[in-house]
Amino acid sequence: MQSTDKDRANKKMNRPDEVQKEKRSMSFRQDAFRRFKKSPTAIIGLIIVIIFIGLAVLGPYITPHNPFEQNILNAHQGPSSDFWLGTDFFGRDILSRIIYGARISLMVGLSVVFLRAIIGIIVGLIAGYYGGWIENILMRIVDAFIAFPGIILAMAIMAIRGQGIENVIIALAVVGWPTFARLVRSEVISLKEREYVWAAKGIGLNDIKIMLNHILPNCLSTIIVYATLGIAYPIIAEAGLSFLGLGATPQQATWGFQMSLERQYMRTAWWGVTFPGLSLMVVVLGFNLLGDGLRDILDPKMRE
Amino acid sequence: MHIYILKRIVQVIPVLLLVTLITFSLVHLTPGDPAIMRAGEDATAEQVESIREAMGLNLPVHVQYLNWIGGLFRGDLGYSLQDGRPVFITLIRRLPATIQLVIASFIVSIGIGLPVGILSAVKQNTMADSIARIFALLGLSMPNFWIGLMLMLLFSYRLRLLPASGSGTLLHLIMPAIALGLPAAGVITRLTRSSMLEVLKEDYIRTAQSKGLKNKTVIYKHALKNAMLPVVTVIGIQLGSRLGGSVIIESVFAYPGIGRFAYLRLLARDYPMIMGNLLIFAFIFILINLLTDILYGFIEPRIRYE
Repeated sequence: MQSTDKDRANKKMNRPDEVQKEKRSMSFRQDAFRRFKKSPTAIIGLIIVIIFIGLAVLGPYITPHNPFEQNILNAHQGPSSDFWLGTDFFGRDILSRIIYGARISLMVGLSVVFLRAIIGIIVGLIAGYYGGWIENILMRIVDAFIAFPGIILAMAIMAIRGQGIENVIIALAVVGWPTFARLVRSEVISLKEREYVWAAKGIGLNDIKIMLNHILPNCLSTIIVYATLGIAYPIIAEAGLSFLGLGATPQQATWGFQMSLERQYMRTAWWGVTFPGLSLMVVVLGFNLLGDGLRDILDPKMRE
Repeated sequence: MHIYILKRIVQVIPVLLLVTLITFSLVHLTPGDPAIMRAGEDATAEQVESIREAMGLNLPVHVQYLNWIGGLFRGDLGYSLQDGRPVFITLIRRLPATIQLVIASFIVSIGIGLPVGILSAVKQNTMADSIARIFALLGLSMPNFWIGLMLMLLFSYRLRLLPASGSGTLLHLIMPAIALGLPAAGVITRLTRSSMLEVLKEDYIRTAQSKGLKNKTVIYKHALKNAMLPVVTVIGIQLGSRLGGSVIIESVFAYPGIGRFAYLRLLARDYPMIMGNLLIFAFIFILINLLTDILYGFIEPRIRYE
């Protein structure tokens, strides 16, 4: 809203075009930073995400205990000064396991979104740019994939391919790309009639060059917002799959797997499922807050 | 209107075909021999061979696919590898329990999401609005199965108020419905809020206000009706994720619906059951969305001429 008000103000004052343009390009960036700094929720989101990434990167160096060391004598100890978040059935420190698991969660979130975006961009670009029967076929395939409840299709793929984080990433990428394809396609359709695309066609650039150099860069901000908002979902989905035993292997101590282990002891040791789930919630909240903030800045159209 | 409905139905046909193709190839690309699974591990080579022939697995792939599709039209989805029971009947029998759960969860999410969203929009930038927005965001950030576990911890183990598992009474339905509905309530709250805010800015709202209508009338008669369209769409789309979520929630609460059954058969790699399950869920999703589209045509006549 603010930027359009400013535009209107500029027009009212009848400023020369060039001044206006410069003002606008400068003020967009300043405006963006100002808006970001002014939004406490976006800042909180950013802080959560940075802490999460920090834990994921530094994980093995900062765990207070060895996340894999079993010690039956310490089994199911409540939170204490030694074990801040308690221990699990095998006497392993839950805090250390949560820190260790952050790495896998982050990896799953980032790589799934990356793969989804790549497939979605390719399909969406082709469908939107060429239109006609090519678009029709591609979008019906998209519709068909969307018709399956994502988590069930992912579960089926996991049941077929077997446990392991690599398979989780593949399964979740297969499940989620169609929404990216829809998004990119609708962006491309609105962009391909612009003058600069016509100009590029006029000087004889080939379709691939036009798509990659002239159309794609203009969809990027929307794709980035959508991707940031989309990091949270695969993290939850991975936890769900691992919780059901159709995700990570026991060697890949993810939060979801930890919860599935501790679930049967929940009655006596509440901390075993509570803390991994809480970390999951905080991380997802962080990405959602950050995504909301980014949307406000990069894509004023999508603003609430 | 007839043309619009017909057009929608025609559009659905290729999608349905693709859904069957994806399901079929997913299962047929998998390693492992279904005939051996059906026959059991101690079966002789001849027994396996005869079962393979009986199941039609010796035929070329495209013939198998066509046979399978032919079966679909007769309501025949094949037989379980585990117990030999017909897939269709077995799955359909477990559907009502899941439908109950899904409806209950919709009651939770709409019951919370709509009023809170409206309140939040009407009282924009107040304390109530901030609290509503925080709760919406927290709600949609929580994994549904974790909500389920926490509810179970509190209401079954600590307070001993609600049964931790099983089905049959309304009490059994409360926790699974909340676990499944709460994240969606967050989404609906946010959407209702933003949609209401947009509508409240429209000229006809100002007209209604300026001709002296009561605030309540303006909000509930003029604004709400128009703000509902995007919300209805999302509620339709949410059905798919709701069916998916039922798999996890039913497993957490040992609730005997189609979701938990699907999970158990997935672990057992009962492929005909997996295929049948994927198909039934996808068909339900497509059907509901087709109905939503047609309903839309009635509510919003402009869409028909798109």
